[in-house]
Amino acid sequence: MEAAFALLVSAYFAVSIYLLLSKHVIRMLLGVALLGNAVNLLIFTAGRLVKEVPPIIAPDASVPQGVTANPLPQALILTAIVISFSFFAFLLVLSYRAYQDLRTDDTDEMRLAEPAGEAPPPAGY
Amino acid sequence: MALASSGPMLFYLSLPFVAAILSPVLVRLAGHRGVWLLALAPLAIFAHFLSLADPIADGASFSGGVSWIPAMGVELSWRLDGLSFVFGLLITGIGTLIILYSGGYLKGHPQLGRFLAFMFLFMGSMLGLVMADNLFALLVLWEMTSITSFLLIGFDHNRRASRRGALQALLVTGAGGLSLIAAFLLIQFATGATSMSQLLASPDVLRESPLYVAIFVLVLGGAFTKSAQFPLHFWLPNAMEAPTPVSAYLHSATMVKAGVYLLLRLNPVLGETVLWETVLPVFGGATLLIGTILAIRQTDLKLMLAYTTVASLGLLVMLTGFGGERAIEAAVYYLVAHSLFKGGLFMVAGAIDHGAGTRDIRKLAGLRSAMPITFAAACLAGLSMAGLPPLVGFLAKEEIYAAIAGPDSWSILITIVAIAGNALMLVIGAAVALKPFLGSRPAALDEAHEGSVLLWLGPVVLGLLGLAAALAYGVSNRYVFSPIASAAAGLPVSAHGALALHPGLPLTLSAVTVALGALVYWRLDMARLIVAVLLARIGWGPDKGFDQAVSGIVRLSSGVTRIVHGGRLEAYMMVVFLTVAGVLAVPMIVYGELPQLPVPLTLTFYEWGVVAIAIIGLIAVMLANDRLTAIVSLGIQGFAVALIFMLFGAPDLSFTQFMVETLSVVILALVMTRLTLHKADHRPTRAKIVDGAVSVVAGIGFGLLLLSVTQVPFDASLSQFFAENSRTIAHGRNIVNVIIVDFRGLDTLGEIAVVMIAGLSILALIRLRVRRPLEADARPEGEAAPKGALENAV
Repeated sequence: MEAAFALLVSAYFAVSIYLLLSKHVIRMLLGVALLGNAVNLLIFTAGRLVKEVPPIIAPDASVPQGVTANPLPQALILTAIVISFSFFAFLLVLSYRAYQDLRTDDTDEMRLAEPAGEAPPPAGY
Repeated sequence: MALASSGPMLFYLSLPFVAAILSPVLVRLAGHRGVWLLALAPLAIFAHFLSLADPIADGASFSGGVSWIPAMGVELSWRLDGLSFVFGLLITGIGTLIILYSGGYLKGHPQLGRFLAFMFLFMGSMLGLVMADNLFALLVLWEMTSITSFLLIGFDHNRRASRRGALQALLVTGAGGLSLIAAFLLIQFATGATSMSQLLASPDVLRESPLYVAIFVLVLGGAFTKSAQFPLHFWLPNAMEAPTPVSAYLHSATMVKAGVYLLLRLNPVLGETVLWETVLPVFGGATLLIGTILAIRQTDLKLMLAYTTVASLGLLVMLTGFGGERAIEAAVYYLVAHSLFKGGLFMVAGAIDHGAGTRDIRKLAGLRSAMPITFAAACLAGLSMAGLPPLVGFLAKEEIYAAIAGPDSWSILITIVAIAGNALMLVIGAAVALKPFLGSRPAALDEAHEGSVLLWLGPVVLGLLGLAAALAYGVSNRYVFSPIASAAAGLPVSAHGALALHPGLPLTLSAVTVALGALVYWRLDMARLIVAVLLARIGWGPDKGFDQAVSGIVRLSSGVTRIVHGGRLEAYMMVVFLTVAGVLAVPMIVYGELPQLPVPLTLTFYEWGVVAIAIIGLIAVMLANDRLTAIVSLGIQGFAVALIFMLFGAPDLSFTQFMVETLSVVILALVMTRLTLHKADHRPTRAKIVDGAVSVVAGIGFGLLLLSVTQVPFDASLSQFFAENSRTIAHGRNIVNVIIVDFRGLDTLGEIAVVMIAGLSILALIRLRVRRPLEADARPEGEAAPKGALENAV
């Protein structure tokens, strides 16, 4: 079970990194979105997979009966999903504004902070 | 050892810092006359020291302090013995006069208050430095003197030369400070001592330590930079860019002596070894000769004095390292004498500059009638520098010759160096003290005049003190020279200095010195020319080397920056993911921790179906050529992930994932309608292959990592804890929810904060418009902007 998921996680990471390495801001954003899912699946699988039994305690018991899914990775991922969503939304708006102001979505042409061929600093005092 | 209560001493030691805070206020209220009030602070400390003179002269020492960082053995502890007593008298006594002098020298200067604040900060640091008992307190104050010196040299920061001098002093003395930190750490490591008192209590431990050589070198690194020993002397003449009161106080009478202080202080525990008695005289002697020769070359009064200060510091180091109580005794005589006459001469130079408008010795002559009081003070100081009776400089010179003259070749060599140095020192002393005043006054100096009492009080008092210390040598020996010599030598010494002319070797050597000096003085212009030609032929010096080093460092760092921070995002990403791939793959291969392969891929057919949908979505995102495909396929893979969560017992995750993916797609669609997705990415095929290889390696790395993680036994103790306690402690049945809102509630609070901040940032980004560069662009050229509009914009 986990082995098949390892394959899926590999594919997720490979595609997201490939997109992140492209020089287009929009493709990089898609990569960021995929990266979130890749990490979530990684954590989820590392906590071992259990089919169809959610970690919920029956009304008449004080501890879960029988085997249930691991609750800890789920809690971590729940937080991660929300945070990566806000991160994604922020990046999206940020790159949209950058596109508006700089008229390009090519990172090679976004050189406002570190312009190419910048003069060296003065060597004196 | 007598123990005084720490209260009054700490009060007095903090007085300069209080004065530093008060001085800008006082100067604003009372102008330059405020210095009369401010000078009371150092005067009070001076008086407090004087009140302790009797017990100190009897060999007592005082100590006290408060704890600062007890866990690291750092205390603000102080120790008053003969050495710190005399240094304290010099710092506060000369300090009082310098503060007054500053008021006259910088009268009407808009930044007088700031200047005085810096001066007091320095005074407090220097006083603390010589009083500090704890090694680390000493270090902190040592650095503070470097920093205040930097502030004072760069006081006139509009001039490039000032900035250069300040930076140079800071870098050189700062490097020395680092060296000293290492030295003190090693001392603590070798002896366990955290204070001077503990260190001096067991004098032989350090000398016998295997770390002795390292400690010795590092201590010298601190002392030689601070006390401007060759070849690190170059910062001191450049420090003359500071206003003259600074030169008189920091760079002749006090701060530059900190290195000598350190050597004298550590002499009982580090001295009397072959290394000590070879290295110190060699560097000191070289500094003495080079300093005096370079002084001959100068024509600016302050620079002449600066180079003789370098020379004097060399002489002091040479004497400290010569060995024996007599040499230490000579060193302390010269130390006190030098502080008195050099401080005075600097103030005279400043007064001449102030009254006659120039410091160039070639343009100055005949000022004796215009500036009679300054002339008198200059004579007293100059004669003392020349080592003539009846001044304290004479006592010092006699002591020097008595200490070092001997029949062996080493003594003879040192004696020759001392004679040459002293003779040239006499030349400079006479030149500075006599040349500007004798002869006939050139027409250019008609306007020359005596300054106010503030300007001549300092040099006169210091000159008279130099006279009094020699005339009443019984008193000065008992209260000043014997205590400091005893503390520096580590055993009781009674000072020998006397004014009487005993015929003998020292007197003969003195006569030789005076004769030699008179000869050079007679031919001073020629000597200057010879040195100038010589230096021009050499062409390179440490000063120039410093410039080269600084510009080299700047070039190096900008070169490194250009390489590692080239500004191309793609390069940064590539480095990051190459590292990721390397970190994942290399250890697993090198340490043979690859997971066991092959592994069974067991999933039910509908699970395979969901996985397939996810992969199809992924590939479609990667290959998307238009925005609709990209958005839709992003949604497909997201929903597939949600389904996976659902199938594997995570309904909460599944629900959240559905919501978030839907929202993402909606927002993406909103933004993407305004953006164009380029048909294909512009990467050339080669770049695509490289990027693809990196991402495949990283992806496989993550997969293998996950596989090997799942192949080790699972430790479920943490999950077990949550399962067992979720109902019993937190009263919730949905364990995931309980973890989020209860066990890790604070974490969730942080998460909510992140969401909120992201939302606010998005809002700000959307509302922020491109700011047009004012309306000026739209207006026809030449038309001035309406005044009101401009002010509103500001």
